[in-house]
Amino acid sequence: MTAKSNKIERRPFMAALLQHRGDALIVPGLGSPTWDCFAAGDAAETLYSWGGMGLAATTALGVAIAQPSRRVVCVTGDGEITMGIGSLAVIADQAPKNLGILVLDNESFGETGRQRGLSSNRLDIAATAKGMGITHTMTVTEQGKVGELADFLFKTPGPVLAVAKIALTQDPWCLPEKDGAAIAHRFRMALGLEKA
Amino acid sequence: MPATTTPHGWSQDVLREAKKRKITTVCTIPDGGLTQLLKLVETDGDMRLVTLTSEQEGIGVSTGCWLAGGRAMIAMQSSGVGNCINALGLPAAFRAPCLMLVTMRGQWGEFNPWQVPMGQATRPALEAVGVKCFPVDKAEEVSETFIAAADLAFNSRVSAAVLISQRIIGAKGFGQE
Repeated sequence: MTAKSNKIERRPFMAALLQHRGDALIVPGLGSPTWDCFAAGDAAETLYSWGGMGLAATTALGVAIAQPSRRVVCVTGDGEITMGIGSLAVIADQAPKNLGILVLDNESFGETGRQRGLSSNRLDIAATAKGMGITHTMTVTEQGKVGELADFLFKTPGPVLAVAKIALTQDPWCLPEKDGAAIAHRFRMALGLEKA
Repeated sequence: MPATTTPHGWSQDVLREAKKRKITTVCTIPDGGLTQLLKLVETDGDMRLVTLTSEQEGIGVSTGCWLAGGRAMIAMQSSGVGNCINALGLPAAFRAPCLMLVTMRGQWGEFNPWQVPMGQATRPALEAVGVKCFPVDKAEEVSETFIAAADLAFNSRVSAAVLISQRIIGAKGFGQE
């Protein structure tokens, strides 16, 4: 499969998916996953990120460990999950039942000039996740599968990982708060960990 | 050669003080000098040991953990510090605490030249990204040093590293000493 055959449009797809979030905590990785989640509707329970490439999945694991009764969903990209690919083995080993990971795979480094990513060629992220020990994986290639994906990410006992083959689109900038301390404080307030 | 043992019970001291401070997750790439501490963590029903593939993952886990109301620390060898430098921007940006326990290589009587560059660069590299360093070279001072670093990290929400000297751990000689 090449990026040219990827049909899913990320912004409407993510907006439709996050309609199903319920009380889940969302941990998007830096760049487009963060912009997508903000564009879908601002929420204190979304832990926006502007940096630390490669760390979204393990940050989400930390959140899932500390909040075992809440569903936690990491939204990341093919470039970021590849940089932190070992995280998948760590997550499989810890086996958090409340953690789902969504990889928005446009097979490109979209943020930096649309350079080719490794998943455009031989790398199969879902198969890698399985090999790392995340036995429940799903690959989505159509916009219409949002309902099925939502059940998988928000309800199936974790850890689960889904890959959505998304188109390489040019979306309008949609930037949330960038002060990490403000993001952290709002997130922790929503969890009852900080006073106003 | 058997795994290095830790005399004077500093591992027990660290576990006790960690538990007092509700640090219940320890992320690690192991080191010989951490053997006893990691065994204590693994066999303690109230503790969670997170084995990593690269030390930087521990920065993600501990930051996420704190953001959601838990407390974690990372235990690693000094060479692992090099793998963490960019990741340390994450807790800094969130103004989240980050506590590291580092067993030093490449300093006191090192046998392996490959350990020397990162061992010698550990403290300057950590300080360059804003981590407060707490070196300790006497086993009986590990406890109070760990307390100071942990309290600074969690109360002031900064990154802090306890650097345990090779003088405490002992240099390994691969049977050629």
